[in-house]
Amino acid sequence: MTEQLDAGVVARQIKESDVLGGPGGGREVGRARRRKEDARLVTGRSQWTDNIQLPGMLYVAFLRSPMAHARITRVDTSVARTQPGVVAVFSGQDFAAEQGSLPCAWPVSEDIVIPDHPPMAVSEVRYVGEAVACVVATDRYKAADALDAIEIDYEPLDAVTDMTAALDEGSPKVHEAGNKAFTWTFAQGDIEAAFRDAAVRVERTFVQQRLIPSAMEPRAVVAQTDGDAFTLHSATQIPHILRVMLALTTGIPEHKLRVVAPDVGGGFGSKLQVTAEEVLCLLITRRLGKPVKWTESRSEGNLTVHHGRDQLQRISVAADADGRIRGVKVDLLADMGAYLMLVTPGVPLLGAFMYSGIYKMDAYDFTCTGVFTTKMPTDAYRGAGRPEATFAIERIVDELAAELGMDPIELRRRNWIQHTEFPYTTVCGLTYDSGNYEAATERALALFGYDKLRAEQADRREREDPVQLGIGVSTYTEMCGLAPSRVLGSLSYGAGGWEHASVRVLPTGKVEVVTGTSPHGQGHETAWSQIVADALGVPFEDVAVLHGDTSSSHKGMDTYGSRSLVVGGVAVVQACEKVKEKAKQVAAHLMEASPDDVEFTRGEFRVRGTGTSRTIQEIALATFAAHDLPDGFEPRLDADATFDPDNFSFPHGTHLCAVEVDTETGATRIRSYVAVDDVGNVVNPLIVEGQVHGGIAQGIAQALFEEAVHDADGNLLTTTMADYLLPSAADLPAYTTDRTETPATTNPLGVKGVGEAGTIASTPAVVNAVVDALRPYGVRDVPMPCTPERVWRALGQARTPQSTDGGLS
Amino acid sequence: MPRISVTVDGIRYDEEVEPRLLLVHLLRDRLGKTGTPIGCDTSNCGACTVLLDGRSVKSCSVLAVQADGCDIVTIEGLSTGGTWHPMQRAFHEEHALQCGYCTPGMIMAAIDLLHDDPDPSEEAVREGLEGNLCRCTGYCTIVRAVRRGAREMSQEQEGVATS
Repeated sequence: MTEQLDAGVVARQIKESDVLGGPGGGREVGRARRRKEDARLVTGRSQWTDNIQLPGMLYVAFLRSPMAHARITRVDTSVARTQPGVVAVFSGQDFAAEQGSLPCAWPVSEDIVIPDHPPMAVSEVRYVGEAVACVVATDRYKAADALDAIEIDYEPLDAVTDMTAALDEGSPKVHEAGNKAFTWTFAQGDIEAAFRDAAVRVERTFVQQRLIPSAMEPRAVVAQTDGDAFTLHSATQIPHILRVMLALTTGIPEHKLRVVAPDVGGGFGSKLQVTAEEVLCLLITRRLGKPVKWTESRSEGNLTVHHGRDQLQRISVAADADGRIRGVKVDLLADMGAYLMLVTPGVPLLGAFMYSGIYKMDAYDFTCTGVFTTKMPTDAYRGAGRPEATFAIERIVDELAAELGMDPIELRRRNWIQHTEFPYTTVCGLTYDSGNYEAATERALALFGYDKLRAEQADRREREDPVQLGIGVSTYTEMCGLAPSRVLGSLSYGAGGWEHASVRVLPTGKVEVVTGTSPHGQGHETAWSQIVADALGVPFEDVAVLHGDTSSSHKGMDTYGSRSLVVGGVAVVQACEKVKEKAKQVAAHLMEASPDDVEFTRGEFRVRGTGTSRTIQEIALATFAAHDLPDGFEPRLDADATFDPDNFSFPHGTHLCAVEVDTETGATRIRSYVAVDDVGNVVNPLIVEGQVHGGIAQGIAQALFEEAVHDADGNLLTTTMADYLLPSAADLPAYTTDRTETPATTNPLGVKGVGEAGTIASTPAVVNAVVDALRPYGVRDVPMPCTPERVWRALGQARTPQSTDGGLS
Repeated sequence: MPRISVTVDGIRYDEEVEPRLLLVHLLRDRLGKTGTPIGCDTSNCGACTVLLDGRSVKSCSVLAVQADGCDIVTIEGLSTGGTWHPMQRAFHEEHALQCGYCTPGMIMAAIDLLHDDPDPSEEAVREGLEGNLCRCTGYCTIVRAVRRGAREMSQEQEGVATS
């Protein structure tokens, strides 16, 4: 199949009956099972946090700072307290003694500055939207009404919104200690020699614009107490981490705090956080003894859900005349915003090891400076650090190809790790266990019709067609399956990266799986059921997956960083192995055979070479009855496992994008998009395809549409969905997707993770395509998002003779 | 306070409401119709879409008093006798949802779209659902689902017509 395919054709080949061959040749793993989760979601029976209504429940509304930087000089809540339905009004002063500081779990360096971060500002505000007071009232309308009656006086202080300006000597200080949070460096090989001896050096500065994650479900919190213990429902990705952190922050003992993440409407990293509102709702319920609920409006969320990206990347590459890459240097500024939140400073570090991409080189040098500004803090957003790194290396490899006059695919071929070279330790010190970049690229080129499109491009250039064709390449890899605990420890992260699972076999042979992962759209209930069905030989329908409630799932590290299957799924497999081993003991006893003579296939224990057998359901019932078990056998088949990986996993793939750019209007249209991803073995191809599609869409959104914009005073100008352009169905193309399968060698499932792949891969593919279309005009970069105006301006600048970027390449 | 009478998913409700109460808050907070979620405050996202007298509206931009005397169908009222609506089945079959938060609005908007165009092209579906945002799927599977739902709905109608 070498011709270009219609979008979606490959995907449509997935059928219910498909068995694509998973680990162990199982019946369920590899099958395009429709999801168990859907039944409640398509009928409106889902349990979002905001659905919860409890007797006597009160509603919280927050008053938020209208200034980016100011001293709070006076707060008067007396009038607000008299408004109808108002039960209480609190300012930061009211919580000062008990609210603690919002945690940062990733102090990346010894001398990092971690400023105090009160959940409600007491004396100074440092970004627009910071909570300064709240009303607690009998309904949400009355709570919002009374906010207007709170009087607060501010003494304005200077804002600083630009990272580079913030590092200037005379810049306004966000915190007393200054605006530099940390500097973190990493170096390998002789970078000076690599650059000195190289025939070609290319340097670029790329701006990773600030993004607003925009999960469709706004955040919501419900807190309640019986006077002793507390329950917090929250739209969070991390109920387990949240419980520990809230216990440490509020002083509520961990065993007196239950955290529940019910149905959660997307996260993309934005709900990987310990938020001010979660802490404050707990404190309010502790004060008032009544259940309280807070649900954010979207415009409140755009201001106060942590933002993503916002880095300034200066990257240079050195290469020989034949294209062999010698070294890469990166100097990064990362905008922390006003405070360091849960993993804010760690985000650029997650990218630090990925700037060499899939390429071999002699030397690498990385410096990152974390900078405070008077803006909402940044933190994890889909890919967290790795999209930024991948963008920079994939963009500059295309720039290098242009400099050398070489096809970007050919340049990559000359530099990438060959499939025969795995396992391969990169210049960044990571050991990539497996991969086949050649295979994925060949497949992608064939599906894309690369040569034909290049011919058309040449023709359009020749004709000086006002609509030019651009072709963008992204051959990415990513570091997934966060994470080996030892590695996290060596990077100063505050916790481990293991995952937990329990498997409980009920008397009737039905199975409950308790997982420490916390899905919010990923389909774990379905995928984990497939894994267990194969491992224990029980029907898919007989498995229930429990998650997201610390009272039923007491232990876990939750869901982010494409870790759930790679770490959590493996824990499920390991727990199933222990269940099987126990059940075998019982089966052997009942069949009066030695356990060594008993084999297990598809739910049945059989004495080798005989017709004697017992089903796992029979063993479950016999274990429940416990009338006739082996001497000393504990009457349960249940088992737990906690899996801590030895290494990350490294999905990879080749994404190709063709765009048509109207050089008269600057408008860009994606003409075709091909993605060939290698995520290792696949548990459910339908879910994998969905993750890839959604990831590509978010990456395209960064490339073409989205940007959080502040004015010079630090006001966010994109507070609503009318101002912040989330792409709709009309804005996005169809995608042609396919996969190659190179199993991971570092886990028994052979899986690599898929949640972030599309986002990591697609942004550079699209921007490379836009720049490729404009290269004959002398354009070497278009800052993201590549809006018609930006494209048009880039063309204008390139056409101006005095432009430093000018000249045909 | 104004008194209104609305029928929601086949049940009649007589309610006293503040004039400023949004229809979506009436549905969610007063009537317990939490199947209809809220995703924004500028009527951009479409998560709260319901059918009002047979046509789709964003229930965050309708006042409850404006719905007086109207017949409203939410996602909770779509299935009949425990059988899912073809559009619900199509979304499930085509994996047109991940977190599912936009799904109720997306399904209601899709059903209305078919009023005007019972067999929409891919482009027509994309244009027609421009007012409903999804952050998970990238929309391809939603487009497939709507076209599949359309086919199944027209088959069902043919079945009714010939029986």
